[in-house]
Amino acid sequence: MNQPLVEIRTSPHIHSSPTVAQIMRNVTYALMPLVAFAVFQFGISALALIVTVVTATLLTESLFAKLSGRENTIFDSSAAITGLLLALTLPPGFPLWMGAVAGFIAIALGKTLFGGIGFNLFNPALIGRAFVQAAFPVAITTWSPAFAPGRFVEFIPSTLTMPLMRPADLTPWIEKINASAGNAVDAFSGATPLAAWKFDGIATDSMDLLTGMVTGSSGETSALLILLCGGYLVLRKMMNWRIPATVLAGAFITALLLFLFDSEAYPDPLFVLFSGGLMLGAIFMASDMVGSPVTPLGVLIYGLLIGFFTVIIRTFGGLPEGVMYAILLGNALTPLIESVTQPRVYGDKQKKGNSA
Amino acid sequence: MMGLFQSLFTKTFAHGIHPPTSKGQTHQLPIRRMPFSDLITVPLSQHFGAPSKPLVHKGQEVVRGEPIAEADGFMSVPMHAPVTGVVVGVELTPTAKGPKTEAIIIKTHPSASQKVMYGSEYDWQNANAEDLIHEIQNTGMVGLGGAGFPSHVKMQVPEDHQIDTLVINGCECEPYLTTDHRLMLEMTDSLLLGIRIALKICGAKKAIIGIEDNKMDAVAAIRERLDKSDPISVGVVKTKYPQGSEKLLITALLGREVPSGGLPFQVGVVVNNVATLAQLGELIPERQGLIERVVTIAGPGVAKPGNYMVPLGTPLRFALEHAGYFGDASRLVLGGPMMGNTAASLDVPITKPVSGILVLEPTESNSEQQKIYPCIHCSHCLEACPVNLNPSQLGRLAAKREYEVMASQYHLNDCFECGSCSYVCPSNIPLVQYFRIAKSVNRERSS
Repeated sequence: MNQPLVEIRTSPHIHSSPTVAQIMRNVTYALMPLVAFAVFQFGISALALIVTVVTATLLTESLFAKLSGRENTIFDSSAAITGLLLALTLPPGFPLWMGAVAGFIAIALGKTLFGGIGFNLFNPALIGRAFVQAAFPVAITTWSPAFAPGRFVEFIPSTLTMPLMRPADLTPWIEKINASAGNAVDAFSGATPLAAWKFDGIATDSMDLLTGMVTGSSGETSALLILLCGGYLVLRKMMNWRIPATVLAGAFITALLLFLFDSEAYPDPLFVLFSGGLMLGAIFMASDMVGSPVTPLGVLIYGLLIGFFTVIIRTFGGLPEGVMYAILLGNALTPLIESVTQPRVYGDKQKKGNSA
Repeated sequence: MMGLFQSLFTKTFAHGIHPPTSKGQTHQLPIRRMPFSDLITVPLSQHFGAPSKPLVHKGQEVVRGEPIAEADGFMSVPMHAPVTGVVVGVELTPTAKGPKTEAIIIKTHPSASQKVMYGSEYDWQNANAEDLIHEIQNTGMVGLGGAGFPSHVKMQVPEDHQIDTLVINGCECEPYLTTDHRLMLEMTDSLLLGIRIALKICGAKKAIIGIEDNKMDAVAAIRERLDKSDPISVGVVKTKYPQGSEKLLITALLGREVPSGGLPFQVGVVVNNVATLAQLGELIPERQGLIERVVTIAGPGVAKPGNYMVPLGTPLRFALEHAGYFGDASRLVLGGPMMGNTAASLDVPITKPVSGILVLEPTESNSEQQKIYPCIHCSHCLEACPVNLNPSQLGRLAAKREYEVMASQYHLNDCFECGSCSYVCPSNIPLVQYFRIAKSVNRERSS
């Protein structure tokens, strides 16, 4: 027997799947039903917006890979996830050029600046969204009706706004749709369930919120669908279920306390759970591994804080929705949370906190 | 449903991983003797501690079982001739770990018999602990589970400590390995005898054999031989890696936690491997030395996998040929796939701590499976680490070479390198490899 080629490595010699690329790929799969529902609900405008934002994030990722001379990382799917999530949080009639700006900022400021995948402090999609929220406050709060007739053949007027131009006012278009529907009761007022509650004190039926028969950002309307998609990732062990669970628990507890305090002034906790971007944020953004703590106790604190902040911002802040800022705040607190929640090591005489 | 219900109550430790056990290839194959190779190489340092001192010279005839090297102090063991033959040299030879060490090379006598020619009867039942410890040292016994720590040192309990329980480690949690499993089935009486000897030495009132619940046939075989009043009992533990780590086995069976940096005697326990005690049960009553051990040879690269009784000092090449190694490019692992080392050459001898030889397929370089990504904070490693470290944080510190911070603030030295973190890491970060480097750099700096 000749000397064969023997490979020298250190242990362990076996490895489990999945890899980062597999996890990221599965997250994109999990987002596909949300994309499909957004297109079904809002038509070609939503589709164009999603394609534009994802293209922007992928191009930005490639551009910075080229500029920094690093390997192009678009194939790990993480930039695509950022693009998809960002697009799903935008109003369906959001001008495409603004969507492209949001995508660029998300990757450039939110991810590459920190050193790329694994190093970003904040969720890149939310950085992109926070930027356009500040830059285009009107466009990002302009909602269009769900299931508008003709949504598969014509764009929402604001979608095709020329770059650097102010989007068209949607009021005449909405009036036209309301007139053609001929039903004054279901007439679209231009408000999301959250805004309707906050500014007019109108509560939306929980069932409609669950199934997504309401308006809102492209991908956040159906709480049930988001839950199912998240469930897929949890079953495949590609998502830490504790994060969404604690975020939702934090929001529920806070809302319940307020509701018990005064059930006239504050909304029903179930409404709080199923409305706005909370479900999408809790399941797909707060759970983004990179910006969340790794310690078990840290995860608990992080999740509860995000849920708490969301309700506090919604209730006492100037905006109807607070999920985005709550998650960004949670991301910012992550290093601190981690540093004070290091696990107790086996055999360590020091119990948590108090020194021997 | 019943199984699920039972598994909720099966004893275990927190965290850990569930790699494929890969034991199907060999767990039903009885132990078979391997013939002698023409040359047997007995390295003088196969154990933890001082190398043995040779007692023989070139040209000397030796018989199977005869002492050929003596212990150099208490922290050392003697060596015995695995075959009848003639010493052809005492010289430097390559070892599996890399550096050459001194070894006694014996040319096997053409008609050498398997019968052990050396030894005398010993009445262990009427001996005291001190004598027994001396006799154990004379057998050259070391921990056969893989550590290679001299057994007599392990059984020597410091005077100010009381041992109440002897724990016998029959977990065999490493994938592929089936030697302990076969020993428990085929050498059950020797094992129980070895346990009684160990009980006498450490003065414990009871002994618990910890066995993972994927070896219920071994559990039944042992329980059959025990009655209710016996101080020996079997404790079934969950099949989970690294259940066979002695500290974690103590926690699973007794609920005690060995202090950080401490040893089991500090919580009143001595732990021994089943293979060690089964061999002692055979050797002590005959006053013989350790000259062979059971080795699992398995993996996709061998045609005749099995559990072999291999004479110590058999060259790896000979053992692999016997097991039908195809000779292809591969990874040769000595021990289990989680903690074993790869052998750099086929010309190294099988030594006392080698429990398995695995022929695994070479890793595919440049594949997606091998690509290393930055840490994405998925926290899988924290959920895997059996001693509750934060491998994610440690890995990030290692990348910045902050080795001292790793030790002073993040308990680097509590890591026993089980490899669970590297196993689960989706970014393929070689975490445990980083930690080994960090530890050795710290050791060098402090010395």
